Amino acid sequence: MKVGLDIGSTTIKCVVLDEENKLIYSTYERHLSQITDKIAEILNRVRGKIPGIESAPVALSGSAGMGVAQDCGIDFVQEVYATRVAANTFIPGTDVVIELGGEDAKILFLTNGLEVRMNGTCAGGTGAFIDQMATLLNVPLEEMDGLAAQYEKTYTIASRCGVFAKTDIQPLLNQGARKSDIAESIFKAVVSQTVAGLAQGREIEGQIVYLGGPLTFMSELRRCFDRTLNTKGICPENSLYYVAAGAALCAEQRINYDDVIEKVKNYRGSGNFAFNRPLFESRAEYEAFKARHDKANVSQMELKGYTGSAYIGMDAGSTTVKGVVLNDRGELLHSKYLPSKGNPVEIIKEFLEEIYAVNPDLNVVSSAVTGYGEDIIKNAFDADYGVVETIAHFTAAKYFMPDVEFIIDIGGQDIKCFKIHNGAIDNIFLNEACSSGCGSFLQTFANALGYEIEEFSALGLFAERPVDLGSRCTVFMNSSVKQAQKDGATIEDISAGLSLSVVKNALYKVIRASGPDELGKRIVVQGGTFLNDAVLRAFEMEMGTNVVRPNIAGLMGAYGAALYARRKSGGKGKSKLANAEDLRNFVHEIKVTNCGLCSNNCRLTVNSFGSGRRFIAGNRCERPVTKKAPSSDLNMYAYKLGLINAYKPVEGIRGKLGIPMGLNMYELYPFWYRFFTELKFEVHHSPASDRKLYQRGQQTIPSDTVCFPAKLMHGHVQTLIDNGIENIFYPCLSYNFDERLGDNHYNCPVVAYYPEVIKNNMKDVRKVNFIKEYFGIHRPKDFPKKAYERLSFYFPDLSLNEVRIAAKRAYEEYDAYMTKVRKKGDEIIARAEKEGKKIFVLAGRPYHIDPEINHGIDKLIAGFDVAIVSEDVISPRVNAFTTHVLNQWTYHSRLYAAAKYVTTRKDMELVQLVSFGCGVDAITTDEVREILENESKIYTQIKIDEITNLGAVKIRIRSLLAAIDTD
Amino acid sequence: MAELKYDKKTGRLMFTKQMKREGYKILMPNMAPIHFRILASVFRSFGYNCELLETTGPEIAQTGLKYVHNDTCYPALLVIGQFINALQSGKYDVHKTALMMTQTGGGCRASNYIHLLRKALKKAGFAFVPVISLSFGMEKNSGFSLTLPLIRRFVGGLVYGDQLMLLSNQTKPYEVNKGETMALVESWSDRISNLLIDGKGYTLEEVDENLHKLTKDFSKIALNRVPKVKVGIVGEIYVKYSRMANNGLEDFLAEQDCEVCLPGLMGFASFKVDNRIEDYKMFGGNRIKYEFCKRLLDYITSLETLMIESAERFNFVPPHKYAHTKELVKGVIGYGSKMGEGWLLTAEMLELAETGYENIVCTQPFGCLPNHINGKGAIRKIKEVKPNANIVTIDYDPGAPKVNQENRIKLMLAVGREELKKKIEEQE
Repeated sequence: MKVGLDIGSTTIKCVVLDEENKLIYSTYERHLSQITDKIAEILNRVRGKIPGIESAPVALSGSAGMGVAQDCGIDFVQEVYATRVAANTFIPGTDVVIELGGEDAKILFLTNGLEVRMNGTCAGGTGAFIDQMATLLNVPLEEMDGLAAQYEKTYTIASRCGVFAKTDIQPLLNQGARKSDIAESIFKAVVSQTVAGLAQGREIEGQIVYLGGPLTFMSELRRCFDRTLNTKGICPENSLYYVAAGAALCAEQRINYDDVIEKVKNYRGSGNFAFNRPLFESRAEYEAFKARHDKANVSQMELKGYTGSAYIGMDAGSTTVKGVVLNDRGELLHSKYLPSKGNPVEIIKEFLEEIYAVNPDLNVVSSAVTGYGEDIIKNAFDADYGVVETIAHFTAAKYFMPDVEFIIDIGGQDIKCFKIHNGAIDNIFLNEACSSGCGSFLQTFANALGYEIEEFSALGLFAERPVDLGSRCTVFMNSSVKQAQKDGATIEDISAGLSLSVVKNALYKVIRASGPDELGKRIVVQGGTFLNDAVLRAFEMEMGTNVVRPNIAGLMGAYGAALYARRKSGGKGKSKLANAEDLRNFVHEIKVTNCGLCSNNCRLTVNSFGSGRRFIAGNRCERPVTKKAPSSDLNMYAYKLGLINAYKPVEGIRGKLGIPMGLNMYELYPFWYRFFTELKFEVHHSPASDRKLYQRGQQTIPSDTVCFPAKLMHGHVQTLIDNGIENIFYPCLSYNFDERLGDNHYNCPVVAYYPEVIKNNMKDVRKVNFIKEYFGIHRPKDFPKKAYERLSFYFPDLSLNEVRIAAKRAYEEYDAYMTKVRKKGDEIIARAEKEGKKIFVLAGRPYHIDPEINHGIDKLIAGFDVAIVSEDVISPRVNAFTTHVLNQWTYHSRLYAAAKYVTTRKDMELVQLVSFGCGVDAITTDEVREILENESKIYTQIKIDEITNLGAVKIRIRSLLAAIDTD
Repeated sequence: MAELKYDKKTGRLMFTKQMKREGYKILMPNMAPIHFRILASVFRSFGYNCELLETTGPEIAQTGLKYVHNDTCYPALLVIGQFINALQSGKYDVHKTALMMTQTGGGCRASNYIHLLRKALKKAGFAFVPVISLSFGMEKNSGFSLTLPLIRRFVGGLVYGDQLMLLSNQTKPYEVNKGETMALVESWSDRISNLLIDGKGYTLEEVDENLHKLTKDFSKIALNRVPKVKVGIVGEIYVKYSRMANNGLEDFLAEQDCEVCLPGLMGFASFKVDNRIEDYKMFGGNRIKYEFCKRLLDYITSLETLMIESAERFNFVPPHKYAHTKELVKGVIGYGSKMGEGWLLTAEMLELAETGYENIVCTQPFGCLPNHINGKGAIRKIKEVKPNANIVTIDYDPGAPKVNQENRIKLMLAVGREELKKKIEEQE
């Protein structure tokens, strides 16, 4: 006999194999993080049940068991290795194993060159992710599978990681997308993440075996894999136990049960973990803290029988819905704080019904709605006003502290902060995807351990050693908890540590403040997460200052909306908000359709509320609503895209030459097009990026943390190859043109050398003449000779003279292109000046004009009736100046110059587009911000990736517009 | 406290002659322990009051996160965190302290660390602390200059550091008397430091003589040669060497009963010089600079030859020969890929696979840009050329839990052990 244990992130599995390797005992249990107790319990049980077990060798596997195994004298087997041993034993002939666990995803290639792969750190949380999504959809985990089976349409959900996916699903839910469609989309995302992230170009074929919890329990998920891989995989009997069985097969060493059980029980880890100061040293300190915060109070009055004017504020947030009713003194008559459960419309309806039930004659003078769901709720219930979140929160905070200088709001999903200067919002910080979900993570985590959130966070108040769990994102935090437990941190330490992590994330990632001087002394904190005393305390400790937390911290958005409605209405009139009668006749129908009015072909969710009231979501522009195409006259992005597309192939005797249209090609295409056209090639560029094109190359991407624009290149090259282009030209360029704005003129490493990645990871490039040589376009004098040397290797009939002439034309073409761009930019600026329009400098890189990369953000911003120019239009308007960073990349030099120029104009605002994973922008964003803020300009950053939550972008832009309006 | 002087053009605070005279303490990060100890003595012998920062602990990363953009690479977070932590510790007279940081000027983010450090200093209230760029002419300071005699001793220090690291890695796992290797490293580090301080030990003849003695001493360590899994470590330079950054990777591998090989700093030095030669060949440029770099590379190569010869003489696996390493990467990645560790990173993996260290940990800071190309991006091709290569890539980050990293390394080791077992069985 042999015994194997598998300690996963959420479950423990144990098996006993007999001499023929037959399973004679197995158990699968959730351990609720009580790992050691559970191991001891299971070992005891096995010993009691199976006679003779004491002479059987034992081995343990699973990452959560690594420390215990080491210290308690049980052999440890790495889990992927164990899987491999088991697969080879039980299903000989298996080619590929796909195993999904709670934390990790693995693919094993067993034949034709053994390879074992695990997801990288930034793509963790597979099984746990499905769990979380079920919570988000408010369905039991078991029902996910059944739901997915009924899907009709699917949405694209980021497959990067759980945090990103959640950010995508949240707005879908708020738009009213069907749960069945979302469930299927989630499965598809899991498949896509696993296949793209782990296969990395290697084909998954032959006999495929599915293992692990999610794949065992969810047939629909298996079917999704089958479909994507075009195969029929098997999920063997005992698919949950392969790791444990593999450990058993590797077991060589017997254990002394008494001894080991004793050791396991007493295992406390090394106690060697990083920790912070306790939140409170004593109960007295805590009481004083409580007393201080109890002062920030809104009085609660009786709703029933109230006859005066009433104001209703609603906040349809990403995860929760809040509603308040105020009297004319701003006191609370009624309030509601509920999870949105994926249907904010239903919750608001119930909220209103409740009010009318208690006080049927309530005199509602005015109402307002804010939050992500602002539009849908406003449409559904005819609310009087919509107000952007920032203003709503600011309005509410002012009520508690009229001279407030800084507001920070940590909700379930989002972190929002505003700096107030002279009574107006002066700076806005909103979290990007990586920081999202911190608040609700506390909740989910508490529930997973079987606690209520209040109970769980209270545990941390007096923890002696609050553990340091990092602050990158919730996926990383989750893993850090595992590590901390292994090192012997108590549940109290972890609770306090999580509260600290949430605060640190807000302070150092979102706000980028290192001390209270940067925030101002008058701080109001709000959002549901701050109702948690541990979080509040952690914030005060980190910043070394006292803050005000209103007792209605969780309701501030709704409260601000109600105050806004009161102010706007001037206390007069009658609200047109749906009354009790309207609610009785209320209908809500959802239809999913594709827009089809332009090439974006957005997936639309059409909500109808009866009597012709309709709300469309999922659109990138206003076209499906207004049926009019957005004007592109004042949009530089649209213009540039048109210019590039105007270069058409001209037949040439040397045959076809294809150029992948991405990254720097968005600016250098004119150069290379002219160069090769002159050399008598028929120059083609790959078609416009879209989802399909991306997926064509997705499987060959080796690094999941590289930026999306780079990832797209795989699809572009693949498309060129598939289109039968025999020569593909994608050169390496260490240097770009020197525009004399900085200390050097490099390209970033990814732009410079991505052709190497294409060459080394896409096997189809071997079918064509793939030219990825190094060129020095920054040295026009040397260029022809050097280019001739490189190219004559591929095209021996070229002559140096030809290349010289072509090069000359190429440089001219590039200059002509840039001149055109700048001239058009000047025109746009001049027209905007004349028409008195605001000018937005949408600053990024040349490739940000790709609609698949910018997700139509240019159109969205243009929809606010502003002019849009790009950074390169205005960067030549300033002379080189000293920056506080090494100004060494051509594209980035333009950003600094553009920022500098924007500070000289009252009618210009700068919005920086940043691609997720752009390491260089960690440097540029701080510098651009500094340049702008030194001259009291607001800095706005929009981080974009494969998918972008346009709802959040809209809020950001509206906040910015609202802030500059009050100037 | 010396008068604070600022560069007229850029407004940068400079390290002045007066500061040097007043004995300003110059703090240096400790990237590679063996090398940097020797290098610090070299600086001291030229009148710079250098001190290596040996601090570790989680508060360093925490301090870094507080003062540096959180998406910046991990080495920057750590190095800057360590500096500020030191300044805040009360251990130094902050008005008589300067900081020293390397700056290569390449196209990766690392050239900006020094600027991020200055930004962080300002945020933390230490704007008056001067920062010295250890680079070839990127920033000038009247109180600090890389003179030729200093450079020669500096390079000498690199040679000895590399050799000590190489030899100790080959003896330590097998030594019969535990601790013997490290004691020898200790005593030789002192000897070499003293030599260099005395202005000796850096000419080719002296290097040859000392390497011979040093290697001979290591060859006398009694060893018990049992077969062990041999692991090579490559990666972003700071994460590769620094124990603080890589969570004690070398110690972990030692615990797992492995022999470790870290390609040395001389290869990196050759690479950086060679880049200028390749740039000239590829794009054209200044002929005089080109000739100078060629000479410099020749000089480094002659030192490298001495290292190889002495190692071979005493039956050690010699350090990689730069020219050969470079040859290996032909057809895999172009010589123009020079940012960060550039093609050298890929080449080192190929070289390790060739010299018996086919189990490889490729370390990088989370989101490292050049490693998308030369690390993760090249592995598929490496496996094609060297099918025996067993590579795991590990991201390091303040939030990346050690348990996940170790679990992945253990997977790589499990495969490595299986191969080792096979090899042993075949031999029997």
